Amino acid sequence: MNGWDTDVARRGFFTDTSVCIGCKACEVACKEWNEVPDDGLEFLGRSYDNTGGLGADTWRHVAFIEQPHGSDGLRWLMSSDVCKHCTNAACLDVCPTGALFRTEFGTVVVQEDICNGCGYCVPACPFGVIDRRERDGRVWKCTLCYDRLRADLEPACAQACPTKSIQFGDLDELRLAAAERVERLHRDGVTDARLYGDDPDDGVGGAGAFFLLLDEPEVYGLPPAPVVTTRDLPSMWRAAAVAGSALLGAAALTFLGRRT
Amino acid sequence: MGTSFGRGGATTFQQDLQHSDCIVIMGSNMAECHPVGFQWVMEAKQRGARIIHVDPRFTRTSALADLHVPIRAGSDIVFLGALVHHIIENDRWFHDYVVKYTNAATIVSDEFRDTEDLDGLFSGFDPEECLYDNLTWQYEGTVETAASAGQRELHRHNHSAVGERHGSHGALQGGRPPYSDETLEHPRTVFQILRRHFQRYTPELVEATCGVPKERFLEVADALCDNSGPDRTSAFVYAVGWTQHTVGVQYIRTAAIVQQLLGNIGRTGGGIMALRGHASIQGSTDIPTLYNILPGYVPMPHADNDTLRNFIATNAAATGYWGAMDAYTVSLLKAYWGAAATSENQFCYDYLPRISGDHSTYQSMMGMLDGTVHGFFVMGENPAVGSANGKLHRQAMAKLDWLVVRDFAEIETASFWYDSPEIETGELTTRSIATEVFFLPAAAHTEKDGSFTQTQRLLQWHHKAIEPAGDARSELWFMYHLGRIIREKLAGSTDEVDRPVLDLTWDYPTVGATAEPDAEAVLREINGWGPDGRALSTYTELRADGSTTCGCWIYCGCYADETNQTARRKPHTEQDWVALEWGWSWPANRRVLYNRASAAPDGQPWSERKRYVWWDEEAGEWTGVDTPDFSKTKRPDYAPPDDATGPDAIRGDEPFVMQADGKSWLFVPSGLKDGPLPAHYEPHESPFRNPLYDQQSNPARQTFSRPLNPYQPTDGQAGADVYPYVLTTYRLTEHHTAGGMSRTLPYLAELQPEFFCEVSPELAGERGLEHGGWATIVSARTAIEARVMVTDRMRPLVVQGRTINQVGLPYHWGGRGLSTGDSANDLYPLALDPNVHIQEVKAATCDIRAGRRPRGPALLALVEEYRQRAGIEQESR
Repeated sequence: MNGWDTDVARRGFFTDTSVCIGCKACEVACKEWNEVPDDGLEFLGRSYDNTGGLGADTWRHVAFIEQPHGSDGLRWLMSSDVCKHCTNAACLDVCPTGALFRTEFGTVVVQEDICNGCGYCVPACPFGVIDRRERDGRVWKCTLCYDRLRADLEPACAQACPTKSIQFGDLDELRLAAAERVERLHRDGVTDARLYGDDPDDGVGGAGAFFLLLDEPEVYGLPPAPVVTTRDLPSMWRAAAVAGSALLGAAALTFLGRRT
Repeated sequence: MGTSFGRGGATTFQQDLQHSDCIVIMGSNMAECHPVGFQWVMEAKQRGARIIHVDPRFTRTSALADLHVPIRAGSDIVFLGALVHHIIENDRWFHDYVVKYTNAATIVSDEFRDTEDLDGLFSGFDPEECLYDNLTWQYEGTVETAASAGQRELHRHNHSAVGERHGSHGALQGGRPPYSDETLEHPRTVFQILRRHFQRYTPELVEATCGVPKERFLEVADALCDNSGPDRTSAFVYAVGWTQHTVGVQYIRTAAIVQQLLGNIGRTGGGIMALRGHASIQGSTDIPTLYNILPGYVPMPHADNDTLRNFIATNAAATGYWGAMDAYTVSLLKAYWGAAATSENQFCYDYLPRISGDHSTYQSMMGMLDGTVHGFFVMGENPAVGSANGKLHRQAMAKLDWLVVRDFAEIETASFWYDSPEIETGELTTRSIATEVFFLPAAAHTEKDGSFTQTQRLLQWHHKAIEPAGDARSELWFMYHLGRIIREKLAGSTDEVDRPVLDLTWDYPTVGATAEPDAEAVLREINGWGPDGRALSTYTELRADGSTTCGCWIYCGCYADETNQTARRKPHTEQDWVALEWGWSWPANRRVLYNRASAAPDGQPWSERKRYVWWDEEAGEWTGVDTPDFSKTKRPDYAPPDDATGPDAIRGDEPFVMQADGKSWLFVPSGLKDGPLPAHYEPHESPFRNPLYDQQSNPARQTFSRPLNPYQPTDGQAGADVYPYVLTTYRLTEHHTAGGMSRTLPYLAELQPEFFCEVSPELAGERGLEHGGWATIVSARTAIEARVMVTDRMRPLVVQGRTINQVGLPYHWGGRGLSTGDSANDLYPLALDPNVHIQEVKAATCDIRAGRRPRGPALLALVEEYRQRAGIEQESR
């Protein structure tokens, strides 16, 4: 039902935060290309982050984390977050209009002309990514630059990234490259390096946009063990069906009992 | 850079950083301010290079470096000087490179006295004028060795008696100084002078002065030394964190000495990468917006350079490539005045304006205040926000007859007359300002053809993508049509004073409905052409007989083969990593300057690993991956005859071809106003005494005693403790300089929406500052307010046994745009480097207090209360 029956290789992002310099070119390039409005001019005081997090008007978000560490006594982690384009995408599962769909690239996209603003997808997302824009009621998120992909271009954020922290490509190849990168960092003594969202057996069936992190996911504001919120839906329906049958049986018995 | 090596540009290019084994970034926040170029630092890191960041703050650059070394702002010469000391005393210098390629072996005049002898002064200082005479800094047996950059006109001016003898330039015989000692043992060799000069620059001094623990300093010193030599190379990267000091040029000089001793100039993975602050800042000195040079670093004639012959004789070197200065100058005059320029009228040399002293930007401001400067064009700049002591600037502009501002939006410089801070305090009233202000909309780079000369001397062409909206026009359009209209108004004039304008070649073809001048025609004029009218290929084709034209000799070749070479965009996948077919770099499309030094004196690479340019004996020429920066067929063993002049006087093993002696200069006999060697001086306003000399600050620095420019007491003077903290400014990735191009854009403004100050938790505790709250920062000039960012990235340092806190301020804000705030530069006084007249805004002193600043006249009262407490008298201001 989700458009997986395609010959096109699944595309995604590998965001290597170990080389992110926090320039926010990804945030700006995304907004320029996708015509995303500004997200308010507010000084948040969260280190150099004044965006706060992903939302309807921010599809790439760079987090800045200052923490005590090593010989410098300090380290400053930077990480560009984005929609995960989950293998098992709850937002898509709950969308009643079909506005959310799985593209031929394996990405998850909202069709702005179909979305009716019901908002079911918002609580469904285990990462808190998809969000409703107050002034028009519809939901918005990263499209992985679907229009650019169809024109054989890479997404705007990946193209703008000066240090290749954001890499775009075939998901299989990205996963191989990421595994090698982690191994290399471990060899160089960066033992904190780990991948996040790369495992097809995780709670969302693996993310189409995964990350190399240098600390626990919570440090970056990412859930440690995300689970597709619709995971239990089939069993819930089964349970509901059982319960329903039972109720029906009980009602019949009551009716029969009365008869007697 | 110019005085040390011969050319005022980065010696290397950013892509070459990937081949460095160690990169020291100092006086620069490269990841934030040059994020695209920083990819090559990241590339080097991935290849195993050591990345070191020396900076007062822990920045986005520090975050990616292997080592961050916090340092007190304004103490870098101690740190760098201690590197020189370490390299010499531990015998870590590159012997063959130093002896053959630098002026280490040259013997200096016995009249020279060092700062060690004169307690912080060099010989030749005139305390009345606060100027040096460099006669005693000369090589033994010479009158003056011509500098290839820097203050050429000054020195000739300073000792006019010497001027008479200048034709011969003392006595460099065939490019050789008369006395030298290649054993380097003679006590007056440059090497021994250098060694004595830096004797007291020890790791212990670094700890006491810079606040850098000795062990951490030695870690940097060892990393540099271990990664330099025949097989390895290290690079330095700097930006305005080094230049914007009263002794800024000497910061860079000290790094130049380190890199010469380690043999890192002219070699792949080595060099000094000067990072410029705008897209075309390098271009604006190559084809200058500066008062004292003409295109290609030809000096602007001084008032008493009465003839062209005298001008050339005074400023040209007899040997090296400046030996052909007559050809560069005459070709430039031909480009300006075409057929009107003939050998009979000295090629219209008399049409050139003359200088008679300092006419730099800050001096011009003083002229406005004094009523001697009446009009002002501002293009691509926002001095009301970007210049030091903004109040003085705005007051100066209020005295103008007219002001023209060309920009994308009405910036603070254009609106000062009705919404500046002085209007709020009542110091200025709109009614009392008679300045007629013209605001003209400017076209963006996407709306016009043209070139950028970026940080590594690379010219890159950009094509117009769309027409500018409304009345917006390019600078080229504005200047061309302004000139055209002035010429039309002067047409028929017989007044001699109008001849320079009327005789100009002003015949650029125009295109389109707006009559936009053809930018390629301008580029072609800059490139120049020969007697046949065809574009020239390189500057060695230029002649002094009037048969060639060239608008900027170092750009000659950018239009070779009648092709816009700057528009080349061959992808990196289709050429090697040096990418000589991407754009065009001056001079002659060389990417690493002085690259003859990448080979040993015999012409062979110093090592296989660092092979770059070398002598091919079979072919009888220099070859390699870059354009050789050397006469192509000059053999490595070439020795010039005694009467050789120009490039012919440079030996086959002397890579610094612009220099009169073919060497890089550890010791600079000519070209600098504040000494042949760098010495540590405290910033003009400092909370510490100079630990080395009785002379506290640069004795030749430029200061302005005016009520609008009050100075704070420095350490040791009463009242210094009223302004107890070190203040420094910088930029953020999210904004562009004075904000004219970023505060008006929602996508950038939202990323850093408010002016903030960065302070350590310790300082916040000391002054009761709350994270996210407000602070007021006070100097003797004014007080400003900023949101507070308390962060561990700012660290207190222990200096001279005292704990010192630093306040960091990004300087992008002003009163206009989507994101507004006070201007950090308003806090600073005007105290300038004597060589380049740049303001010291990277180190000063201030106080900081919790809460917002007072409004209106109450703000003036607060500043005055501080001044009185500090004992700053009205008359001393």
